[in-house]
Amino acid sequence: MNGTMDRTEDPTVSRPVESTANRTTTTRRPRNWKTLGWVLFFLLPSAIPLFVFTLVPMVSSLWVSLHKWNLISPMEWVGFRNYTNLLTDETTRRVFLHTLIYVAGYLPIVYAGGLVLALALNQKLKGRAFLRATYFLPVVTSWVVVALVWKWLLNPTNGLVNQLLGAVGLPEPGWWTDPQWALPAVILSSAWKDLGFVMVILLAGLQSIPNDFYEAAKVDGSNAWQRFWRITLPLLSPSTFFVVVISLINGFQVFDQVYVMTAGGPSGSSQVVVGQIYDLTFRYGRAGEASALSWILFALILVITVIQIRGQRRWVHYA
Amino acid sequence: MRIIKTAVAAAALTALLAACGQGSATKEAAAPDGKTTVRYMNFSANDGHEKDLTAIVNAFQTANPDITVQVETVPYANYFTKLQTAVAGGTAADAFELNYENFVTYAKNGSLAELKEVDAAAYKKSLYDAFTTDGKQYGVPESFSNVVLFYNKDLFKKAGVAEPNADWTWKDEQAAAEKLTNKGAKVWGDYQPVSYNEFYKVLAQTGGEFLNADRTEATFNSPQGVEAAKFLVGKVGKTMPTEADGAGTPDFDSKLFKSGKLAMWHTGIWMFSGMADAPFNWDVAVEPGNTQKASAMFVNGLVVNAASKNAEAAQKWITYLAASDKTTETRLATSWELPPVADEAKLAPYLQQPKPANRKAVFTALEETVLPPVIERQQEMQDIVTQELTSAAAGRKPVEKALADAQTKVNGLLKK
Repeated sequence: MNGTMDRTEDPTVSRPVESTANRTTTTRRPRNWKTLGWVLFFLLPSAIPLFVFTLVPMVSSLWVSLHKWNLISPMEWVGFRNYTNLLTDETTRRVFLHTLIYVAGYLPIVYAGGLVLALALNQKLKGRAFLRATYFLPVVTSWVVVALVWKWLLNPTNGLVNQLLGAVGLPEPGWWTDPQWALPAVILSSAWKDLGFVMVILLAGLQSIPNDFYEAAKVDGSNAWQRFWRITLPLLSPSTFFVVVISLINGFQVFDQVYVMTAGGPSGSSQVVVGQIYDLTFRYGRAGEASALSWILFALILVITVIQIRGQRRWVHYA
Repeated sequence: MRIIKTAVAAAALTALLAACGQGSATKEAAAPDGKTTVRYMNFSANDGHEKDLTAIVNAFQTANPDITVQVETVPYANYFTKLQTAVAGGTAADAFELNYENFVTYAKNGSLAELKEVDAAAYKKSLYDAFTTDGKQYGVPESFSNVVLFYNKDLFKKAGVAEPNADWTWKDEQAAAEKLTNKGAKVWGDYQPVSYNEFYKVLAQTGGEFLNADRTEATFNSPQGVEAAKFLVGKVGKTMPTEADGAGTPDFDSKLFKSGKLAMWHTGIWMFSGMADAPFNWDVAVEPGNTQKASAMFVNGLVVNAASKNAEAAQKWITYLAASDKTTETRLATSWELPPVADEAKLAPYLQQPKPANRKAVFTALEETVLPPVIERQQEMQDIVTQELTSAAAGRKPVEKALADAQTKVNGLLKK
């Protein structure tokens, strides 16, 4: 899902320089038209579904959000009432709070974990390629599978995790059956799944740091700790920036794992924004409010992303 | 390289086109040699009665050689989500099953076809009338069932506690449950889910009303409501497993009872066949009441999709499935839910089944029943009441506050 984004939006990737072959102007135009035709042709298989299943529904959801609609009866115009109702609704506040808790818990774990893995697997270890592939495996595994496996591992009575905790005398939480532990259970499994993604991005970042810097620093008598803080971390900041932006966008849209592991329960304690959008539409037949909630979520993500992009000058260093 | 790319793109395109083609092909349900195909979606055959439904379908097709019935069985947990999406998308089956609670929502939003010239005399009148809205018949009753108290005879014997009988009240049940609960051995005395379905029932057992007479206002936050909710919530952790033990998750209760770790269990008669091979002795009794008796009764109905092109054949099928002798026989012989037929003599074979011994409790319970309170925004109301009560059960809110909050929210649903 995120894999395609780094090609267009990753600020660390510089645009390829136009090749010299294209400078010969005489034959350029017709060949380019032909190329363009082919490009469009090859784009069709993904462009058509994108248009039909993403762009059209996006724009129509704006229209739906201004109506009262149960998916079956005709729509009824209500203007901005769906938005005003949602903004004063206690449930809306609760699902946004849960989503924020999720993001706040998930991001540090996934970043710190991914960084440790990337640093470790950047060393000349035996079986390095195998380990990298292994850590990346969960990223390409279906969310439903991962969530079911974690649900089973975190089973309060006979799950592996609680049996291990019990064996060393630690308390055994109720995980997805306990309102206080349901969100942490979701955070834990999500971080585990996305660790490999963060690792790969940071690994690429690490490898693009020229070795000369480290050698020069060594000659100047720096220790490993200083090199990490003064060279690695600052020069890794473009990759860090990318990881944070993408993780936040995905984090605010968390759904699959919640739906499979807890379905928002017990008693709504792990319901998140997208889960609420789903329930409003398909459980309660309130598609208008659900669409409005989608646009509120979109606005929030947009604002947060813009703030991040504005703020990046202060801490992101491009080598 | 280029050849490969072109080949991949071509393959992808073909797959895409094929997918589209297939979609439109299934919509025109194949009907060879002048036959009509009726698509039928249901939940009640799921998990154990699929074969029985097939037997009824076969008998119907033999009697009506020009109609083919195509069955789709969906688990109850996903049924209404799937149905709503299918109706909205115009792909819903010609005929489908609705429980009484959800019937009102669908009848009001115009997605059901009016049934004409139904033989009303074949059905028990109260059940038939439940599917009438604004003087029009939008469905026929398909089956009904009620809730009784299941109990593990072996556990009662071991603990030396007298077995439940029809005269029991809440107090007797709780006294027994306390003696039967053995947390060290992970044995629980009782299980009654903290949910909407149990709450409106214990409320009725206390003499309270869930909604006012014209269903415009919730009235469950009353002294009776508080007493009922306190009874239900008070059992949690004492004689009954908590949320953290897994209570409220699917199949939790049936597994617990079947593993012999649960002494008393409030559940429906549709569990009879599932518990037939339980490795211990068990029986049933009418549910204990408080100031009065009230057993939960559930009714399922059959309806025809307003958008169906085969409405006539679909009606033929649903009336057969509802009231034919073949269905009646099948339902009784397999301890499925009870057939809604007017002629009660036809129900006699039900009592001849061996397990559980006290089957007549099922009919005794029918003498004093309570139906689920129904409003147009049913699902939301059920979720609200269940969530507030489970909050109270987990100790996050006092019972009084949970009930007051639930009532305010339900009134909000009634206003809009």
